[in-house]
This record gives sequence, C-alpha cells and structure tokens, in this order.
Amino acid sequence: MNDPTNGTVAPVRLQRRLLTVVAAIALPVVLGGCQVPRFYGYRGATRQGHDEFMLYAGTFIAAIAVGAFTGLLILWAVVRYRRRSDEMPRQFQYHIPLEITYTIVPILMVLVLFGFTVIDENKVDAVVNHPDVTVNVYAFQWGWEFDYPGAQVTIQGETSTDPDPVGPAGPSGPPCAPAIDCLGPGLVLPAGETAQINLRSRDVIHGFYVPEFNFSRYAQPGVLNQFDFTPTNAGVYRAQCTQFCGLYHSIMLFHVVAMAPAQFQAWLSAERSKNQPSPANTGGGNYPNVATTQNSPYTPVGGALSRRSTNRTKAPV
Amino acid sequence: MTVLAERPQVAHEHPEHHEGPTGILKWLTSTDHKVIGMNYMITSLVMFFLAGIMALFIRAQLTSPSGAVLSPQQFNELFTMHGSLMLYLFAGPFAFGGLANYIVPLQVGAPDMAFPRLNALSYWLYLSGSITMLMGFMVAGGAAAFGWVAYAPLSEPTFSPGSGPDLWILALALTGFSAIFTGVNLITTIFYLRAPGMTMFRMPIFTWNMLVTALLILIAFPILTAAVVLLFADRHFGTHIYTVQGGGVPVLYQNLFWFFGHPEVYILALPYFGIATDVIPVFSRKPLFGYKGMTFATMSIAALSTGVWAHHMFTTGVVLLPFFSLLSLLIAVPTGIKFFNWIGTMWRGQITFATPMLFSVGFLFAFLMGGLTGVMLASPPIDFVTHDTYFVVAHFHQVLFGTAVFAGFSGFYFWYPKFTGRMYRESLGKAHFWLMFIGFWVTFMPQYQLGLEGMPRRVATYPSGLGWQFLNRMSTVGAFIIALSFAVFLVNLWVSWRKPVPAGDNPWDAHALEWFATSPPVHHNFTKLPPIRSERPVWDFHHPESLTVRHDHSSGGTS
Repeated sequence: MNDPTNGTVAPVRLQRRLLTVVAAIALPVVLGGCQVPRFYGYRGATRQGHDEFMLYAGTFIAAIAVGAFTGLLILWAVVRYRRRSDEMPRQFQYHIPLEITYTIVPILMVLVLFGFTVIDENKVDAVVNHPDVTVNVYAFQWGWEFDYPGAQVTIQGETSTDPDPVGPAGPSGPPCAPAIDCLGPGLVLPAGETAQINLRSRDVIHGFYVPEFNFSRYAQPGVLNQFDFTPTNAGVYRAQCTQFCGLYHSIMLFHVVAMAPAQFQAWLSAERSKNQPSPANTGGGNYPNVATTQNSPYTPVGGALSRRSTNRTKAPV
Repeated sequence: MTVLAERPQVAHEHPEHHEGPTGILKWLTSTDHKVIGMNYMITSLVMFFLAGIMALFIRAQLTSPSGAVLSPQQFNELFTMHGSLMLYLFAGPFAFGGLANYIVPLQVGAPDMAFPRLNALSYWLYLSGSITMLMGFMVAGGAAAFGWVAYAPLSEPTFSPGSGPDLWILALALTGFSAIFTGVNLITTIFYLRAPGMTMFRMPIFTWNMLVTALLILIAFPILTAAVVLLFADRHFGTHIYTVQGGGVPVLYQNLFWFFGHPEVYILALPYFGIATDVIPVFSRKPLFGYKGMTFATMSIAALSTGVWAHHMFTTGVVLLPFFSLLSLLIAVPTGIKFFNWIGTMWRGQITFATPMLFSVGFLFAFLMGGLTGVMLASPPIDFVTHDTYFVVAHFHQVLFGTAVFAGFSGFYFWYPKFTGRMYRESLGKAHFWLMFIGFWVTFMPQYQLGLEGMPRRVATYPSGLGWQFLNRMSTVGAFIIALSFAVFLVNLWVSWRKPVPAGDNPWDAHALEWFATSPPVHHNFTKLPPIRSERPVWDFHHPESLTVRHDHSSGGTS
C-alpha cells in the first residue's frame, strides 16, 4: 500500500535534499516553522502530521494569492467596465501572447505544487522496517479494537446500538481534560517513538481519522493499510470515524494517547496483567494522568451510549 | 450580408403534423424539444426544492450538538436523498435534459432534436426514475441510507437490507438510461442538424459545452449503470462482486463509481460553464474573449476528467497517488483559462447588471472559491486531513452550488423571456440574487473551518465544547437565507405569470440564434434565419457596423 522509503539509495536521497533546498527558497514563510499561522488547521502532533502541515500552509498561502489576484481582476472588471455610455466597445476577441501566458503560468504553478506534494506524501506515507511498537487496529460497526500483538493486549470499545444517542452533558467540567478528547476507546502510543499501525476493517469501510495528527486512512475489508505515527509530545487526541459506515457513524469515536515510552511500557504491562474488565475503566483505559470519561459530552441516555474497555487475548483476525 | 437566408423548405418538413393535442395531453404526448425541455426543467426544479427542504432539515438537526430534530436513521436517509436528488435528479437533468433540450436545437438552427421520440422516452424514464427514488420514503425500512455514493459493502444486503436501497438502485438505472439517450440525441443533433453556415467553430459555447457533456455522458453513465446493476446482482442474485466473503473486491465499487463520478462532476459543471459563457458576452456587449481557447479548455477538462477518479480515493491506500494527483491538479489549468476568458470578455466592455449577469458574476466568485479548495484537495497529504470532513462538504457545495445554482439561475433568467415570451420582475430577480449570494457565503464558509478543525461529514451529532456549535448555527442561518431567496424566485414566477409583461424576441440584444426565433419559438422553431458568419449571427444581423469577424478573417462563407 505505502512504499517504504527507508531503503532508498544515496543519489535519490541527495536529489531529495536538493528539492528540500528548493523548498527552502520557495517557501521561506512556511519554513519559519512554528511562527506560521495555523490557517485554521492543526500543526500536527506527529512528525508526519507536521510535514503535512507545512505543505498545507504553503498551499494555503498560494491559494490565497491566486484567489486574491483572480478575485480582484473580476472585481475590477465588474466595477471599472460597467456601462457608462452607449458607446460600442471594441469587439476584440483574441490576444495570443496573453492567452499563452495564462496557459503556461498555471501549468508551472501546478507543477511546483505537484513537486512539493510528492516530496511530502512520500514523507507522510513512509513506513519504517522496524517500528518501536506495532498496533493492529480493527474498525467495526460501531467501534474500534486496538491490538498490541507483541504484548497480548487488546483494547476494545464499542458504541452502543441504542437508537437515541444524544449529547451533551452540560457545562460541568469532567476530569479528563478536556473530556471531549477522550471519548471511545483509547489507542495508546509511545511519544517520541515510531508506532506502526496495521489498519483493517471487520465489516464495511470506516475512516481512521485523528485530526491533530493531520491524517486519515480508510479501514477496508480485505485491505491492509499500514502507516507510521511518531507523536512528538505526550497528550490526548480526539479521533473519530470519518467514512460514513451506517447508523451510528456519528458517534464512532476513539482517541489517541501519547505517553512517555517508560509510562507506555508500564501501561502495557499493567494491561497485560489484568484479566478481567474493570468497571472503573470505562472509556479510554487506565493510563496515568488521564481520568475516566464520565460526564462526557455525549451523555448516555439511560445508558444509551455505553462504551466498554476490555482486556482479552488477541482476537482472531 | 443583409439578405435573409431563407431556410431550405425541406428542413421544415417533418413527418409529424403541426397541430397536435393541446392542454395536458400536449405535455404528455409531445415530442417537441421545447415541451420536453420544459417538462424536464419543471420536474428537476421540483426535485431541487425537495432536496433543498431536506437540506434544511439536515441543517436544523445540526443547529445544536444534540440536535433532536431527526433520528440517526432519518438523518442518514435525508442526507442520502438530498445528495441523490441534487446530483442525479436536479443538476444533471436540469442542464442536459432541460436547458440543453430547449436551447441547443435553437442555437444550431435546427427544427427539433435529432430523435424526438427518443427524447420523449428520455424524459419519461427520468420522471419514472425520480418517482422510483422518492418511493423509498414510503417503504418499510425507509429510503436508502448509504450516502449518494452507496459504497459497497455498506450497500450490500447485510448492512442495508430492505427495498429502499433497491428502489434507489433501480432509480439510478432508469435515470442512467435517460441520460444516455439524451447524450446520443444531443450529439446527433449537434453533428447533423446544424443550419447552413453553422460550422463547429461558430457554435455558441453553451452548445459546445453540451456536446462535450454529451460525450462525457456516454463515457460515464454506462459505467454507473453497470456498477449499480452489479450491486443489484449482489443484493438479489447471490453474486459476490463487492463482498470479501465471496471473493469479491469492495474497492472495485469505488473505482467503478468514481470512474463515473468524476466525469459526472464535469457533466454537471460544463453545461453551467456554458451558460455563464453565453451570458457574460451578451451583458458586456462584446464577443467572448478567446473563443477557440475556451473550446479547447473545455475539451481538455473533459479528457482529464476521465483520469482523475481516484482522487476521491486517496485515503483508501490502494491507488497510485502521484498519477491521480497530477492529473487532478492539471485540471486547474483549463479551468484557469476559462476564468481569464470570462475576465477578458468583461474587460473594456459595457457591462450591464441585469439578473442573469448578476448570477453569472456570482458564479465566478463562488466557483473561484470552490476551485481553489479543489486544487488543495488534489494534493494527497492535504486530502488525508480534509477527506470526509466538512472541508470537502464546503468545497463541493461551492463548486456545485456555484455552477448548478448560480449559473443555473443565470441561464433560467436569461432564457426565461425566450421560454415564456414574458419578462420576470428585475427587482425581484435582484433580490433573489443578493439573498442567495449572502446566504451562500454564510452557509459554506464556516464549513471549511469546521472541516479543518476535524468535524466529519455525515454526522447527525457532534461534541459540544469544541466551538463547533456557533459555526454550525451560522451555516444553518445561511441555509435558511438561501431558502428565503428561493421563495423570492417563486414569487417572481408567480407575478410574471399573473401580470405578464411582453419580452419581445431579443430583449438582451443577445448573440446566438435562439434570439432570432420568436418568444416562445414557434413549432419547429424558425421561419427564417439570419446569415451565419460568426458565432454571433444575431448580433451581426443587428449590428452590421461592429461585426464579430472583421475583414481579413476567412469565414468560409460567401457574402
């Protein structure tokens, strides 16, 4: 699915570096890094997501420039050339040099954007050969399962099929800060290390989407999708199914927790040693510094929206 | 030059006799392209208003995070039917069934479409398809609720049981054949029934675009029909084409669907580009700037559109990203050419802002915004973030609303005097435009931000506390402003119907042949034609002092 790029030979790498230099010249504003405005997007909480943000920011600036130029031209024409007299305007129809210009210039602009796109998508889609942790993610109607094959740990969370899942709880501040980020089952990853996700679906097509990671990928029956996340900081990130998958698509939520590697290992062994589901463990799992998700913005109506987190042996695929 | 070229008498002769039935029987039995065109336009406008009401319900539901207007099932049915009605039953049929049917034979100087009876069949297939789709609401289990794309395996019987989905599939098969027949009819009409002197490069751009659209219909619609027939086989005949369990390949459905679906976007857009391209020169009192470049741009958009389908599938992980990304980005080039043609046409003109021109300028701004965000989406890494979020919803609504609704109304007001022989009320037309223009931006701009903040599309509920409620409410307010503008439109029609103001044959001092016919045109359209020496025969006829083609240019005609 995704081509591994860590095995590339030296000349290709050199070529890439050259392209990066070109990027540095063409988009100095973007390479200002964290000074760049967000442009309504997320800066990306993973290394891959941050690469994506750079492309997004550059494209956004270019789009604003092109849009402003064209929009002002239209506006100028509309204002300046509105009818002022009965004089017949000159009936001109062709201007070959101008026509060639407005054909060539967009082609060049598109090629530049394409160049940056290819560089960026190779970075975003790159998968390493030896990830620090591997997680098998299964999407199903309607919930998620996160399976750590090395550690015999499986986290599963399901959205109830009760027909009336209405929100929100009200203004009371829930302990998980912010509660909104910790709905559904939790996918726990080590921060600063590279995790490889093997994404599959058990039934229909679902969308694995972590907004702050600037990433989404379909979970499809019969298809294995592989990608890497390298979270840069510890934190909790809201996530959700994006591909319409039936009745409860709206509330097919999950979240991602990135924690320091040592904490992650501690969490993993604690989960492994547990054998039965803990009632206090509703929501996203029992990780340090993250409380449970009672009083979530989606209030269970008479237990309508129950989520459960269970530990069990690795599920058969 | 000033002598009227009498149309050869043979062209008038038609096996049909002129005096047909009148009243309701006329509408039911006619094979006249004008009557069929009106049938199409009225039916598709009804579909448009039904789908618009569904949109209002959807927006009402999203006014608050816990919206209780609709149940999840009702919400899913409504957004599915909203999309299906808008795309399959309004935007396409209004253009190639309604406007093209009415206008293309007039623009090429033909007495009717090439196959009048096939034309009638198209309409009746379309009408029965529309009724079939709407019948989904009346069956147990409700209408189809899998989105207008009906991705397998969600549309398989395991996940979408009941007859609502079946009716949806049958409706697509019926309207699919209707579109194919109309495509054949348009192509034949344009190739074989052009009046003497009407060479290809003298055809109005609307007719050019309809020709290219018809070719795209023949490329795309058979694929859709085949894809949904296979889906039907999966549902009822025990095949496993799209199910993994039986050895099928679900992603095949996406490939087939989008191989239809992306040309479909241009099937929906090109006719409306054609409208704006006909309207802008008329109200600028100039010929179209870069006429030939425009035709080549249209043809390259059509050619590229057959190779970009997988840009809807970037996040599937099973498509070749750079190929589809490059071709999708390249579509920006001919689209940019069109923009500069439109601007160049207005440049140094004498622009008047009657309602059709206002709507066309509104289309330029709407489509500019939708086009730019489209370029962003053509870049896979950006698509990974925005795919299936409200960003995409905002993008394609700005494109489709910009074309089918802004340019669509531009055409409707432009040709309304021709259809009816009456003028609409200019003040009401302008009120319609400004309300719709404001409503449009208020509705769709907040959706970009919602998408970038991670709100997925097709959700009936969303978390509170993320600041999404304000943006959603803004969007809902905008939607109701748009609805109000349509009320003004209906009032305008009503006033014009009750208190007719005669329009005359050529109220706009327009360019193409339809303005040489009476308003409304007589049976078989023309009793005489002007000499056709350029793409503006009617303008040339009325303005011998400023001909479109001056001196040196060889026009191929004898004068």
